Amino acid sequence: MSPLLRVEGVSRYFGGVAAVNKVSFELAPGEIVGLIGPNGAGKTTLVNLVTGVLRPSAGRVWFEGADVTAQRPWQASRRGLARTFQIVQPFPQMTVLENVAAGALFGGGAASRPEAEDVAMEFLEFVGLAPLAERSAMSLTLPSRKRLELAKSLAMRPKVLLLDEVNAGLNSAEIGAAIELIRQIAARGVTIMLIEHLMKVVFSLCDRLLVLHHGELIAQGDPRAVASDPAVVKAYLGSKYAAQEQQVGAGPVDAADPVDTPSGGGHD
Amino acid sequence: MKSSISSVRRPRRQGLVWFVPLAIALALVPLFFNNYYAQQATFVCMYAALALSWNVIGGFTGYPSFSTAAFVGLGAYAGAILQNAGMPMMLAWVAATAVTALFAAVLGYAILRMKGHYFAIGSIAIVESMRLLASSWSSLTGGGEGLNLPIFPGGPDHAGRVFFYAMFVVMIVAAMMSLWLDRSRLGFGLRCVQQNEDAADMVGVNVNASKIAAFVLSALFCGTTGAISASWVSYISPPDAFSILMTLKVPVMALLGGAGTVLGPVLGALVFVLVEQTLMSRFLDYSQAMLGVIIVFLIFFLPGGLLGAGLFERLSGRLARLRRASA
Amino acid sequence: MFLDPQILANGLMLGALYACIAVGFSLVWGVLNVINMMHGSLIILSGYLTFFAWLHLKVNPFLMLLVVSPLLFAFGYALQYGLINRVVSRPVLTTLTLTFGLDMILYNLMNVVFEATPRRITLDLGSLSMGDVVLPNDRLFAMFLALGLTLLLFWVMRTSRAGRAIVAVRMDRDAAALMGIPIRQVYAMTFAIGALMAGACGVLLAITFPVTTNISGLLLGKAFVVCVIGGLGSVPGALVGGLALGLIESYTGTWWGPQTAVLLGFVLMIVLLMTRPTGLLGKAGYE
Repeated sequence: MSPLLRVEGVSRYFGGVAAVNKVSFELAPGEIVGLIGPNGAGKTTLVNLVTGVLRPSAGRVWFEGADVTAQRPWQASRRGLARTFQIVQPFPQMTVLENVAAGALFGGGAASRPEAEDVAMEFLEFVGLAPLAERSAMSLTLPSRKRLELAKSLAMRPKVLLLDEVNAGLNSAEIGAAIELIRQIAARGVTIMLIEHLMKVVFSLCDRLLVLHHGELIAQGDPRAVASDPAVVKAYLGSKYAAQEQQVGAGPVDAADPVDTPSGGGHD
Repeated sequence: MKSSISSVRRPRRQGLVWFVPLAIALALVPLFFNNYYAQQATFVCMYAALALSWNVIGGFTGYPSFSTAAFVGLGAYAGAILQNAGMPMMLAWVAATAVTALFAAVLGYAILRMKGHYFAIGSIAIVESMRLLASSWSSLTGGGEGLNLPIFPGGPDHAGRVFFYAMFVVMIVAAMMSLWLDRSRLGFGLRCVQQNEDAADMVGVNVNASKIAAFVLSALFCGTTGAISASWVSYISPPDAFSILMTLKVPVMALLGGAGTVLGPVLGALVFVLVEQTLMSRFLDYSQAMLGVIIVFLIFFLPGGLLGAGLFERLSGRLARLRRASA
Repeated sequence: MFLDPQILANGLMLGALYACIAVGFSLVWGVLNVINMMHGSLIILSGYLTFFAWLHLKVNPFLMLLVVSPLLFAFGYALQYGLINRVVSRPVLTTLTLTFGLDMILYNLMNVVFEATPRRITLDLGSLSMGDVVLPNDRLFAMFLALGLTLLLFWVMRTSRAGRAIVAVRMDRDAAALMGIPIRQVYAMTFAIGALMAGACGVLLAITFPVTTNISGLLLGKAFVVCVIGGLGSVPGALVGGLALGLIESYTGTWWGPQTAVLLGFVLMIVLLMTRPTGLLGKAGYE
């Protein structure tokens, strides 16, 4: 099957430092792919490059066979390339419904505002926010804001959805609900790329993993295989620990747990 | 499911309830009162059109623009020059509107990438630059001496009526634009930009194009108004056409009525002109200071404007507190 | 033509005054994020105070620096603490409109009390001639005082406790608050220093130019342009911006007339706003 999204040797430099360096990967339709890596690895920068927030210093981005390297964010969302933010970005003084309707109207191509509100209501029900439709976005709790962000992206009717740490700052019950929600989104045929720190989430959802370290793609493939890749263990825990692991032969899955702290910080 | 959707959709408070009677009352002024009142009614219409226009960029979009006088002045000069070149008056007004819109599109492309204070300063600087240009470019603008226009025939009463109805029509059209914008896709996009520009970009709003469109809409009727008032006064000069005072008065009117509300700016313009006439004509020496006091009062006691969100709520809240205190 | 020493000298004298005019304005803008539309009128106010003290009380205008500056400091502190602090976190439009409203009140009152007729102090201090170049001594003194005061402010900002607190608030307000810096007082202090600098400028202006309310808008315009050229909230920025504008106006004024010189200043400002909104020196700040 031809890839939906193809990233080809994409780099981005900030004052001589490569935040993302010659990264190439593809997303096939219907996949759920996890993008992992230590803080500062360049994960969010990569998402920004794919969605037009930043322009790559080198390389190309292809979406549905078209070169979209030079696109602006609004063009990306109209094409069906939606994303959520690590730090949620609502329209604070609009209602929850209006927030989602904006996504449906502009990104999702709804024909009119009433139609956009119908679509919005549908997705609010999907994420379980329908009872709060008339509340102002500002008044929502963090988990609800994350759901709002999700509903807004979904209302854009994306083909590819890039989720940037949707679980950061949530407690474990909320995370369980979020996993279920992501699974349902995938079941609707949306291809998903997930930036995630929590291995639990990654392993329960992803078909495939990409590992970024110092801006470079150091491994990709089956989640279990990637997680036991020595280069990945080294990236997360340092070479000394990795050598120990090799000797003891313990599963790197558990070894990766210390870095599971749900970080809400915007380091990368 | 359909019912749940329609139940959450609130009716929009657009303000037609008071706007229509107000407009009718205004339209009747020149028929029943003398020329002085017709003149004041013309000012109300003019400032209402200007404040409605400013509201598109300053209220809907949230960009603190102080370019109003640049557009008014440009419209005035374009209209005057074309009329002096032999173009019929009405046609000159339309042409001046087009010139102003074009200018706003080009200018918007350049300055709308600035934000906050920088945009505010840039937009004031445009007014100053235009004024200086108008006083230096003597061959076209008559320089500091200004330009005379042909005096409208038929006596002052007749002329007063003609110019009143011209301004009245501009106000009505500007109000219709406002009403349309409030329901339109563009208007919704502008409100998104006002709330969070990056998020607007992310949901698919073409932010740059929308902002330029808003800037052009905010300039359009300023151009018409400028051209009409040039014909009305039949003389223009750089400091009158590109007046810094006007460029700040108009946003104050919009704030007074409620920035971002659909028709609030009309109310703001009406109240402002009435206050200006009653107070300031009596204390001529202190007219500017009074305007200053109004501004300070507005900011501390009426931050949302007369129609803005919060006023009624706050008033009723205060009443409730009073009632509780007395009980 | 470029090397005509008279034009150069005029430009430098003008530039030093511009730097002094802009530095207080820039400080307030940079730290409080408030555009003080009253800045021009504050300068004129102290200019009038200096003039009338000279006319009626025969006070040496240079001495008035020690009287007028503290007066304006107190005025600025009270204004910020009592009024502007209440709306300081509201959007640009609100704070700008408020200071503009206050400016209208002050401007109007000055017009009524002092009348707009230009007033001029005549000191007859003679002039310094070097070859073809003639430098009036009053302007020369004013220039050195303007530079001196600007550098003094720089030094105070770097070394004093209040200065460091202001810099800290400018860099990160929330972090500064967590460190126990009283934000409201720092804001009031900043605005007061801005007013003090305006006061000092007013004195120097009264010595070198006729004082009239008509030029308060012009002075404000200069402050804008200098800030944008040099960058916000930094003393070196105001110095560079002020001197640059003084030289530009002096040269273009001689070649194409004063109006073109002012126009060029605005055009330069607009172009810089679009291309380099942090000014020529970037975000140097007071550190």
